[in-house]
Amino acid sequence: MTQPPARPTTDIHAYLEELEDIPGTRVYTAARARRGYRINQFAMSLMKAENRARFKADERAYLDEWDLSEEARAALLARDYNALLDMGGNVYFLAKLFSTDGIGFAEAVSSMTEHDFESYKAMMAAGGRSPQGQRSKKANRAAEGAADNEGTC
Amino acid sequence: MARITAGVASSHVPLLGVAHDQGKDRDEYFGPIFAGYEWTRAWEKAEKPDVVILVYNDHASAFDMKIVPTFAIGCGERYKPADEGWGARQVPDVIGDPDLAWHIAQSLILDEFDMTIINEMDVDHGLTVPLSMMFGAVEQWPAKVIPLAVNVVTYPVPTGNRCWALGEAIARAVASYPEDLDVQIWGTGGMSHQLQGPRAGLINREWDNMFLDKLVGETDELRWIPHIEYLRETGSEGIEMVMWLIMRGALGKATRQLHRHYHVPCSNTAIGHLVLEPA
Repeated sequence: MTQPPARPTTDIHAYLEELEDIPGTRVYTAARARRGYRINQFAMSLMKAENRARFKADERAYLDEWDLSEEARAALLARDYNALLDMGGNVYFLAKLFSTDGIGFAEAVSSMTEHDFESYKAMMAAGGRSPQGQRSKKANRAAEGAADNEGTC
Repeated sequence: MARITAGVASSHVPLLGVAHDQGKDRDEYFGPIFAGYEWTRAWEKAEKPDVVILVYNDHASAFDMKIVPTFAIGCGERYKPADEGWGARQVPDVIGDPDLAWHIAQSLILDEFDMTIINEMDVDHGLTVPLSMMFGAVEQWPAKVIPLAVNVVTYPVPTGNRCWALGEAIARAVASYPEDLDVQIWGTGGMSHQLQGPRAGLINREWDNMFLDKLVGETDELRWIPHIEYLRETGSEGIEMVMWLIMRGALGKATRQLHRHYHVPCSNTAIGHLVLEPA
């Protein structure tokens, strides 16, 4: 076995800062996992058929049994998945909610984008969303700055 | 002695399980995806592995946020398909190999990989979809399965280097098992996909194929790719590809490619599939 080269210990602060640099993405960090704990555990409860039935019968009453903020309850009722991601929801947990609705991954995921489901499917069939311009908020800002400067010259 | 005979990598998109279970695997959408697995199904029938060590991630099925193990090994007798919110898949129970699994778990812990031991759990699409893709519709799975669950959801997930090293340790553990067994190791998940936020639907064909290229041969470059590169280049769920590195690490210094398949899209995801053997 070859000895791997010595690597510096990762700087946790720099590591976490980089994770926030990706456009249109909420990486499920410890901070989000803490914030969204109750939302995600509520979603987990929908793994049980009896809970799904109770939730479907009266969503509001079922949500009231959970220690959630009013903001989180409203986002859950509205199926506002981007708002739920902001509150620390994770898509694999939220999947229990859209499965309860009888909706598949692609349809639920499309609701978080600029597309409706039909045009999202068309984008995927055409090869998906390009990573071009989607890699880094900082790089995008720098590119915009450069473009603005060019404009003023 | 037991030995690792081959490595298999595959995406584990839940929709593939739905297509398989509903007999849509030859239609216009799914036909080209499943066609890329025909070679492997025939090869698996000839190979008849005794055991598959199946590296996958649980998608909030067996584990919720109460407990998040980084690396967990299934040492149980059998595992039922999980109800992920739409009823359990109608596929056979997964039969474990507790003797080999406990041997690997003990060896790994002494080798300084502090594994979580699982005796009871249900297994979700991350584990049952690859079984369907490789073995087709069967009354019972033709091999015993040792589930190896990796946290690739809550950050930080394990580094690529740690995954590779775990694979190397698994190979050492298997090699010290006295029974005469053919063991395959499968790495599942990936390839590029993002299931969340306005950037969802990201696919990076070029990067995916670079990754497939470098799993073959002697290079170990992939083990040094940082998390941020997976996230930027392959979408937030592309990080699942670190699990392929456990498979690659277990195959030793060099590999030979037996089969390769790549297709876009399946639902939100790029499908990648590779069959390797130690060279």
